[in-house]
Amino acid sequence: MTGKSGPAVEACGIIKAFGKTRAVNGVDLCVSSGTVYGFLGPNGAGKTTTIRILATLLRPDGGKASVFGYDVVRRADEVRRRVSLTGQFASVDEDLTGFENIVMLARLRGYSWSQARRRASELFEFFELAEAAGRQVKTYSGGMRRRIDIAASLVVTPELLFLDEPTAGLDPHNRNQIWDIIRELVADGITVFLTTQYLDEADELADRIAVIDNGRIVAEGTSGELKARVGYGALHLRLSDPEKRPAAEELLSKRLGYPVDRESDPAELSARISNPESATQVLRQLSDEGIGVNSFSFGQPSLDEVFLTLTGHEAKAAGKGKTE
Amino acid sequence: MKSTLPASPRMRSSIFSARTHPPRASAFSAVVTFCWRAVLKIKHVPEQLFDVTASPIIFLLLFVYLFGGALAGSTGDYLQFVLPGILVMMVVFITIYTGVGLNNDIKKGVFDRFRSLPIWRPSVLVGALLADVMRYTMASTVIILLGVALGYRPENGLLGVVLGVGLVIVYASCLSWVWIVLGLIMRTPESLMAVSMIILFPITFASNVFVLPETMPGWLEAFVNVNPVTLLVTAVRGFMSGSYAITEILWVLLTSALLLIIFAPLATYLYRNRDCPAVVN
Repeated sequence: MTGKSGPAVEACGIIKAFGKTRAVNGVDLCVSSGTVYGFLGPNGAGKTTTIRILATLLRPDGGKASVFGYDVVRRADEVRRRVSLTGQFASVDEDLTGFENIVMLARLRGYSWSQARRRASELFEFFELAEAAGRQVKTYSGGMRRRIDIAASLVVTPELLFLDEPTAGLDPHNRNQIWDIIRELVADGITVFLTTQYLDEADELADRIAVIDNGRIVAEGTSGELKARVGYGALHLRLSDPEKRPAAEELLSKRLGYPVDRESDPAELSARISNPESATQVLRQLSDEGIGVNSFSFGQPSLDEVFLTLTGHEAKAAGKGKTE
Repeated sequence: MKSTLPASPRMRSSIFSARTHPPRASAFSAVVTFCWRAVLKIKHVPEQLFDVTASPIIFLLLFVYLFGGALAGSTGDYLQFVLPGILVMMVVFITIYTGVGLNNDIKKGVFDRFRSLPIWRPSVLVGALLADVMRYTMASTVIILLGVALGYRPENGLLGVVLGVGLVIVYASCLSWVWIVLGLIMRTPESLMAVSMIILFPITFASNVFVLPETMPGWLEAFVNVNPVTLLVTAVRGFMSGSYAITEILWVLLTSALLLIIFAPLATYLYRNRDCPAVVN
């Protein structure tokens, strides 16, 4: 396989402005071949624009970027031969059937008609879409739609696959299915560049994560490194009575002085506490106050907390990522 | 975190191991594939053929029977006069859809998928245009057949009809590039339709499609006489009646060539460098 030695993506100071707003404002990136790189940020942070530049769909206004050593502007065709992209901005034709879409793309990648049909059948079987092959894509469910989008990107196995928010809006079952597919792709040596608004998704899949906010990368590293940067642990609590959450919040933040984050579940909250002894004390005090705790865990901060610390605001839509 | 579903390793070895890339698709096979796509779209969304079947029928019947008696004394005489004009008008109107189709592709994200492929870049545009030539041919056939059924008699026979329709299609294909350019610039298909209509209504109606320019006030007659649609209609009438209007034919071909030379490279440039934020619905 090619490209294993050098980095899959290198970007240095890329800038892209639309009118007066700089959607991407000096982004540096280095993605090693064969890894999953997570690009994490809220809506409008500049994730999609960055991917569009790297996939040769947009020209950067400043800076340089290369994919497997090929400049994305000057050697665009070389880049296009090696990458595929999937996402809201590179979809399939909804009026055609799923099968016709894949055959069309296979033809455009240089397969003969019969090879194209064979490749399409292979992909449909792999992605468990065989019975939907003859239906128009507009009739597909969200999960099927996402799978055909990914299948469309794998007509010719790419060396680098861009996945733009591959699980946005999917239910947990479909999300897990997409995650499994991504893991298989990586096991086969494909480099995956993934954008997501879901912190747990980046945590789950990515070898390294870049956090982007307002067109700038505010942090980069492994999930462990990012958590270490935040410098505190978290005590996650699940109360037996959701009604007691305000009381617990009051005790933790007002009287004991620990910053508290509410979770989307009304019975859950977490407190930023740096050492296990303090956590034990907190648990004792809660029980003294008559606030029952069903379960608790003490561990590294979640990426939600990391995001808050790094950017000073919450990752929008982060709550949707929780599926417990 | 949660346990994952049982993965499906059964096919893994074969599905992504095909790393030997097939040879790059030729420009010809890319264009053919995009044409195939357009045919499939007609198959799945047959109502998009309304504008090349139902509309020409309605327009021809309306104009012949509504105005025929008043304008030419009899509907039969008027049909003989108006048919080449209606042919030109309908096909010119249909050219808008090349731009609308493209604009829809952009909006739905299909366009970026095509742009990310290593193919001859104008093939998307050329393929769409070739498919539209089929639509122009279909609309022309419907009009001619209906006309003949209603009593239209082309004095120059089949040859004249074929030459006339051929010239209309040449002009329409070149004009389409204007809408392709607009389709690449405009943000929505609706605004594209609106702008195209503003351009097309004056140039089709302020022409000799329905009446002779001599009946118009001088200023209008002056415009009508240089309107490319007028020239095209005169040329087509000439073909069909057997009195070849050489000057007009040459002007039509020159106008077509100019449209093509200006707008086809512009469209290709815009296609390559389209510079907009991602369309997110």
